[in-house]
Amino acid sequence: MQEASPDRTRVSPYIWLLVIITVAVSLILLLLALQEITSDTKDETLATYLLLAGAVLLGSAAYAMIQTRKRVFRAKIESHPIMTTIECKKCGFKSTREFQRGDYIFKESEKCQKCGNPTIIAAIYREVKEKEKERFTS
Amino acid sequence: MNPLITLSILQYSVAQFIPGGDWIIQLIFYLFFFIFILYGQKIQMYVMIREVQGSLYRLKYIRDEGRKITIETINEIGKPQSDPTPRVDRFLEYFTISPQSLDPAGIVWKLEHILNIRDARFKDEVKLMAPSADKTQARNLENTLEAAMALNYIYKIIRHFYLLGKKTLSLYVIMQLQMVLPLVMREAEAYASALKAFAYGQPIGDGAGALVAASLMHGHETRKLPEDCVVATVQMEGRTAFVIKAEGPGGNVGKPGDAIKTIIEENEGKIANIIMIDAALKLEGEPVGEVAEGVGAAIGGPGVDQFKIEEAILKHRIPINAVIIREDVGDAVSPMRKEIFDAVDKAIERIKQVILEKTKEGDKVIIAGIGNTIGIGQ
Ligand SMILES: [Zn+2]
Repeated sequence: MQEASPDRTRVSPYIWLLVIITVAVSLILLLLALQEITSDTKDETLATYLLLAGAVLLGSAAYAMIQTRKRVFRAKIESHPIMTTIECKKCGFKSTREFQRGDYIFKESEKCQKCGNPTIIAAIYREVKEKEKERFTS
Repeated sequence: MNPLITLSILQYSVAQFIPGGDWIIQLIFYLFFFIFILYGQKIQMYVMIREVQGSLYRLKYIRDEGRKITIETINEIGKPQSDPTPRVDRFLEYFTISPQSLDPAGIVWKLEHILNIRDARFKDEVKLMAPSADKTQARNLENTLEAAMALNYIYKIIRHFYLLGKKTLSLYVIMQLQMVLPLVMREAEAYASALKAFAYGQPIGDGAGALVAASLMHGHETRKLPEDCVVATVQMEGRTAFVIKAEGPGGNVGKPGDAIKTIIEENEGKIANIIMIDAALKLEGEPVGEVAEGVGAAIGGPGVDQFKIEEAILKHRIPINAVIIREDVGDAVSPMRKEIFDAVDKAIERIKQVILEKTKEGDKVIIAGIGNTIGIGQ
């Protein structure tokens, strides 16, 4: 198969051709609509139809472009911030910071900021924001 | 049909401006019609091939990224004298042949033997690749390499069927590929985030069971059990609980089968109940971190450990209960979500409830937290 670097935008020539043709046709339609409106034998229904068809075609071309854009943009491995919570065994003081290599749950950590007693890592987790509330959850 | 509507409008409008333009448009109209009737399937097939190709690019990207992260991690913590790249590339092609199952009697032991050899080989390779990594880091590297191997394998399989489909132009080859692709992509994304978590040593969703056990045994004396497990004797509700988990915080699942068997034998079979805690795959629609309860040996993997546990409890007629924490494939191998972390307390409550209901005071119980203990100490 043909090799290509993933970061380069790869829009296939066929799609390009299709988009260009669609845009051209829609432009012609819009011009025709303009001509119809300005002409002496004004036919409003025809003008409306032409306008509508032109707009729909232009919209679909734009949509196709956005889709291909999106696919390229998606080519990244998702990563969420990982948080480490440190808790003091004596006073219960909790602090949260970003995960560092070497952290693990129940590892003894630096001295407590408040009372100077040893602390442990109580939690390491990733927070995910639900994009939408799912239906049928019960 | 967008083009057809457009065409009929075009027909109407062109007929107005060009005299005799009517029949041209009609010809185009019929041409379109016949093209779609005769070559509709072919067009559909090309669309499918393109779709698969897009996914394949993404798979290749994910695999290459995984390989890059692996090599960077080896360089960073292993401090090898020479460039580890060729060794990593060779390792990515490493395969395991599962034992012949024509005569399935005794296959578990054969499988275990093969897996032991594989494990030993992995350890040796990692030692050669990263000589200055400590035990925890070496285990994390093993896991990282395994994820990179899985990504490489997925990419190659999909590429194989993609090329085969293109070569044969068989709708059925391509269609099958296109049908399973969404699930395959999900799995690949999951492995990709697993790889990152392994490389950094972050706890993953699969470690939920191990985390429950770690919470129970934290602050108690632990001792090692055969095959990378630890046990702590904890007093719970007047019962003596032997809490077992894989030895952390390196990436490790241990061999809970051997560990449970050892504890049963040490107590001459006088165990009142076994409770296993594991992360389990949720169905779509079930909330992440839901805790559920049932019976049976809750343990995944190739089946060797489940077999051993079932053999041991059958011999002494020990009842076995399971508490599971629900999560999906992606959550299981990516850094632990807060919901799963919060489910630990609920799981402990459930365990206590089971102990109170199913055992008497003074009884001995085994509580085994199953799962990869990466990023979880004890
Ligand atoms: Zn404090």
